[in-house]
Formats: sequence, structure tokens, C-alpha cells
Amino acid sequence: MPNEAFKAAAARRPFALPLTLAAVLATAAAAPFAKPVEQVRVGFSTSISGPFAALGTEARDGFNLALKQLGNKLGGIPVEVFATDEAGNPDTARQHVDRYLKRDRIHFYTGPIGSNVALAVLPTLAAAQVFYLSNNAGPSQLAGSQCNAFFFGTAYQNDAYHEAVGRFAGGRDYKKVAVLAPNYPAGIDSINGFKRGFGKPVSSETLTKLGQLDYAAEIAKLRAEAPDALYIFLPGGMGINFIKQFVGAGLSKNTQLLSSGFSADEDVIRAVGDPMLGLFNTAHWNHDFDNPASQGFVQAFQKEYGRLPSIYAAQAYDTAMMIDAAVRDVKGELDDKAALRAALKKASFKSVRGPFRFGHNQYPVQNYYLRTIVKDPQGRVTNRTLSVVMKDHQDSFAAQCKLQ
Amino acid sequence: MTLLVEQLLNGLQFGLMLFLIAAGLTLVFGIMDVLNLAHGSLYMIGAYIAASVAAATGSFWIAVPVAVIATGVVGLLLEVTLIRRLYGRDHLAQVLATFAVILIADDAVRMIWGPSPLMLSAPAALAGPVTLAPGLEYPSYRLLIIAVGLVLALGLYLLVAKTRTGMLVRAGSSNRAMAAAMGVRVDRLFAVIFALGAMLAAVAGALLGPLLAVEVGMGQSILILALVVIVIGGIGSIRGAFVGALVVGIVDTAGRAFLPELLQRVLANEAAAQLGPALAAIAIYLLMAAVLVFRPQGLFPARA
Repeated sequence: MPNEAFKAAAARRPFALPLTLAAVLATAAAAPFAKPVEQVRVGFSTSISGPFAALGTEARDGFNLALKQLGNKLGGIPVEVFATDEAGNPDTARQHVDRYLKRDRIHFYTGPIGSNVALAVLPTLAAAQVFYLSNNAGPSQLAGSQCNAFFFGTAYQNDAYHEAVGRFAGGRDYKKVAVLAPNYPAGIDSINGFKRGFGKPVSSETLTKLGQLDYAAEIAKLRAEAPDALYIFLPGGMGINFIKQFVGAGLSKNTQLLSSGFSADEDVIRAVGDPMLGLFNTAHWNHDFDNPASQGFVQAFQKEYGRLPSIYAAQAYDTAMMIDAAVRDVKGELDDKAALRAALKKASFKSVRGPFRFGHNQYPVQNYYLRTIVKDPQGRVTNRTLSVVMKDHQDSFAAQCKLQ
Repeated sequence: MTLLVEQLLNGLQFGLMLFLIAAGLTLVFGIMDVLNLAHGSLYMIGAYIAASVAAATGSFWIAVPVAVIATGVVGLLLEVTLIRRLYGRDHLAQVLATFAVILIADDAVRMIWGPSPLMLSAPAALAGPVTLAPGLEYPSYRLLIIAVGLVLALGLYLLVAKTRTGMLVRAGSSNRAMAAAMGVRVDRLFAVIFALGAMLAAVAGALLGPLLAVEVGMGQSILILALVVIVIGGIGSIRGAFVGALVVGIVDTAGRAFLPELLQRVLANEAAAQLGPALAAIAIYLLMAAVLVFRPQGLFPARA
């Protein structure tokens, strides 16, 4: 039927066909992906079980709170979240990503806590042109030589936390500073990051076993060494064990305990309690920030879940808000990857961290703050922000990244 | 000098804490010939119940006995429902079944108590160190663990060597078929032994809670160490578990304390920095391998 009408029209007006074809081709060339999507699909794969279960749960809670506040829409478009549990295992995460890409056809991916998972899943996501916005992992490889247009290290770059503590320690008059971390890549990274920020030689470097339970031997050695300060990087249960044993041995009286915010946030505080009072740590956010976005988030989180949010919850919340702003900026036209990337990079969302921007390697350029653990007016043991340690800090690997 | 004494005490304390867990494991393995991987889960349940009771009542001294009794009941239930069906089966079937219990227990604990680690603090009276000698301070809580470990070791020895039940236990562990033929009520004995093992694991869990993280999966990490202890000490033997635990505790502590420095004096700096901690971490497994080569039944085997 259409064929006859076409021929008839072409016969009546000789230039109708070429003109129509030209018009169609012109519009096709100019705006090939003009249609906004009807549903935003997000793959959220985090640790609900496994070594990072507490952190993954925080991330999930923060993300869900953001969605609730946005009426289950991102950029005004209804959203569907495909949530899975990768249990901290890179292979499981890869299987989830396969399913997300083939069956669920997601537009965005987020969730993993561990950098090993992030590094494992990014290649598949980038090949499928799906943006991975990291709500926690910030490996140095993806900030430097292996930076990728489809990866945004929305949270932070891992080493920055350690460098910040090192910078703080360097500014104090500690004569002897010792460091302790588990013997695995992130542990070695943390020691190197600290030394980079510290700028002076450390008095001793102790590498413990990953998952080690009892630190009495190391604590006895530290007692004999008597450093003025000790920097530890012991994520999860290891940090809980060490801090309890360190304070129980009475060493905290003469040795100032320093840690990155990873070992000193709400999850560890809830398990250790009073022995953590007086510990110095650094982070890029704390629940006592006074910008409106942060205060609104903290209040809503407490009302919804009955506890103070950790950095993991705050980052996941920021990630959701970042997607929301970017989707709105491109008016829902998520197939235009170039425009979407530009919108994500512009980061027009209101971060709980305050003013926020990305560096050219798509990692944040942000402040890192010194926090200490105190009893707040309500008698809770929690972090209090003291000062800025590194202002507008860009990670040390950005120079190696070739992204524009 | 004080460092040496302190490390010795550390090794002793670590060893005794391993003994509490290994004793239950070796009894069950030795007498009932059941490789009970879920022993670590009983340890975890003991710790979690102690943490909950301590949070509810505010008292550590109430929490520990409650946790021990509750875990004993759980152990009894486990024995009656599952372990009983594993007697006489090959060890692979037992591993599969008890491994399933580990997974179920982990998820059940996560469902009941949530995924975050719980707080279990030492009683305020024992929160700080005591001065044993000028220049030697030692955490008082660890001294409590040493004391409890020694008392329980003595109690177990008396139970096994001097009581009728202990005699039945020794008979069952050296030759079960003959013991049954001689009229020993085997099923009741096994239930009692399993519950006893569970209670010992709960004591370990509750006592170690203030030192270690009370978290899901805490049973698996300590179970590996317990298995190393009973391989070195000899399966089925309490004496073997005691000696094996002390050996493991002291070797591990000494390895971590002195090996890195020792290597740094012998080798070049770069190599020592990497090798020292790695060797210290695997020292006890090297020891286990050596024992398996030279004395495969362990140091004090129960069965001839």
C-alpha cells in the first residue's frame, strides 16, 4: 500500500521524493538518538554478604534513601534498580554484569565496595558503553594510566585517604611514626600513600596477615619500639580486632593512633565503642558537615534507619544524585553517550560534600578533612570534623591519564 | 628481656584460646569420627549470644554463662537432628553436611543480628593493663583468658582421666566398636560429648569476643587454626590438643615477633621486608606439614 502511494506522490511532484529523503537523512544525521528513554535501568551490585557486608549494606541504604527522596525516579524518569549481592567476589560480580548487560540492558552500573571487583568488571562495562559510577572503589590504576571514559571514581581515589593522614602526621611534631597494614595490594598501597603524604622516613613498617585475628605479637613489638604515633590501615574486622587489642594493652596512652577513615567510621565505631575515643582519622565527608545537602541527608537517614550514616552511605547517596542530575541534563536521552558523559562530568548535582568537581581523569578534586572520635552531646561515640588537611586535592595519578 | 616475656605470655594466651576450640573439635572427631566443620559456627553463636546478653544486661559475667548454656542447647539440637545421621558415614559426607550448617548459620546470624559486627567489651575491671614487673605491662583481660584456659584444661584432664564418663570417652575414642559391644550407651555418650564440645566453643567465643571482632564468618577463620592444632596434636586426644595448641600459639607468636627482624639481619633488606611477614604468616602451616611428614598421627595420637 505505502509503495503505491509513494509512487503516485513521486509521479505528481518530481522533487517530493528527493526532498523527503533529504529531509529524513538530515534529521537522522543531526539527532540520531533523539528519543528519551522511558525507564532508567541501574545495575546495583554490592556486598550484602562477605567481608564487606557491613559497608555494602550501608551503600545500599544510602542509595535507596536517595531513590525514595526522588520518588523512585532519576532525572524525572521512572527507574528500575537491579540489585544483586556479589559478596566481595570479582567472579560473581562479573557474572552479574553479564546478566545486567545481556538481560537487563542497564544504563548505569554502581555498587561494588572493593577495588578488585571494580577492576574486574570495568572492561566489560566499558565495552558495552555503560557508565560505571563508583560509590566506593577508587583504584589508582583507573585514575592514572588505565583511566577510562566510562568510569567515574565518584567517591575518591583510594590513596588520597592515606596521603591525607600522612600529611597531617607530617605537620605534627611526631618524632617516631610507625605504620601497620595487611600484606596485600591495598595494604601496601596504604603504606606507600601514607609515606608519600608524610614525606619523612617511618620508624617501622609492619605487614600483618590478611584476616589475622590476634595482634598481640605486633603490639608487644610496638610497645618495645614506643613510637609517638602509629598509622594503621586495617579494613573491616581486622581493624576492630587491632584497635580493641591495642587499647586493651594500654598502648594508646603513649602512642597516638592514626587511621584512614576506612578503619574509623560508623561501622567500626559501633563494634568497638569507647576504646576508639581520641583516634585521629581523615575522610572526605563527615555527618556533621553543615551544607544543606548533607544535613538533609543525615536527618533523613537517621529518620529512615535509626542510625548515623557512614561515608559509604553518603557516597552511594551522592552517586544516585549524580545520575539524577546527569539524566535531567541530557533530558533522558541516554543513548547519546558523548552528551551523557559530558553531563556526568559536569556534576551539576548537589553533593553532600559541598562544592564538587571532577578532574580530567574523572576522579574528584576535593577536600580531605581531619576527624577525631569524640562523645557527641547526645553521648554517642562518633566522628567530629576538625579541619581541612588537603584542600582541592587531586590524586597523584592524574598526570598519567590521557583522557580529555 | 621484657619483650621476650611478653611474647611468651602472648604465645601462651593465643595457644590456650586455640585449645578451648580445638578441644571440642578433637573430642568429636576422635570419639565420634565426625569431622564437624560447624564447630566454628558454634563458636560464633556463643560469641553473638554473649554480645547480645551483655548489651541487654550490661554485665559481661552474666553474658558468658548464658551464652555457654544456650550454645550447649544449640549443640545438643544439632547433634540430635543432624550429626547423629553422620556417624559411620565417610568424611566427605560429613564435610558436606557440616559445611552446609556453616552456610546456614552464617545467614541465620546475619538475619537475626544484621550484617555489621557487634560490640562485646571486656568488663571495665579488666579493660586495662596490669604491671607484672617493672617495665612489663600486660593486658589484664588476656591474663583472664590464660587463667580460664588453664582451669578448663585441668578440668578436662580430670574429667577424662579420673571420672567414669572420661573413661567411657577414652574407651570410645580408642575403639568405638568394642566399647559399644561392652555395653556403653553410645548414643547418649555422643550427645553429651557434642554438647560439651559446643559449650567449650562458646566459652572461647564469649571470652574472645572482647579481643576479636564479633562478626559473621568469625568461625571459619578460627576453625582453620583449630584444624592445624588437632593435626599437630593428634586427633581424639585432649593432651594432644593442649600441647598442639600451645605449640601453634608460641610458634605463630614467635614467628610474627622475631622472624622479620631475624631475616633482615641475614638477608638483604628488600628480600627480608617481603619474606619476613610472609614466612611468619605461614609458619604454623610449615610446622603442620613437618609434623605430617615425620609423625602423621600427630604428637599424641589417641588411637594406637
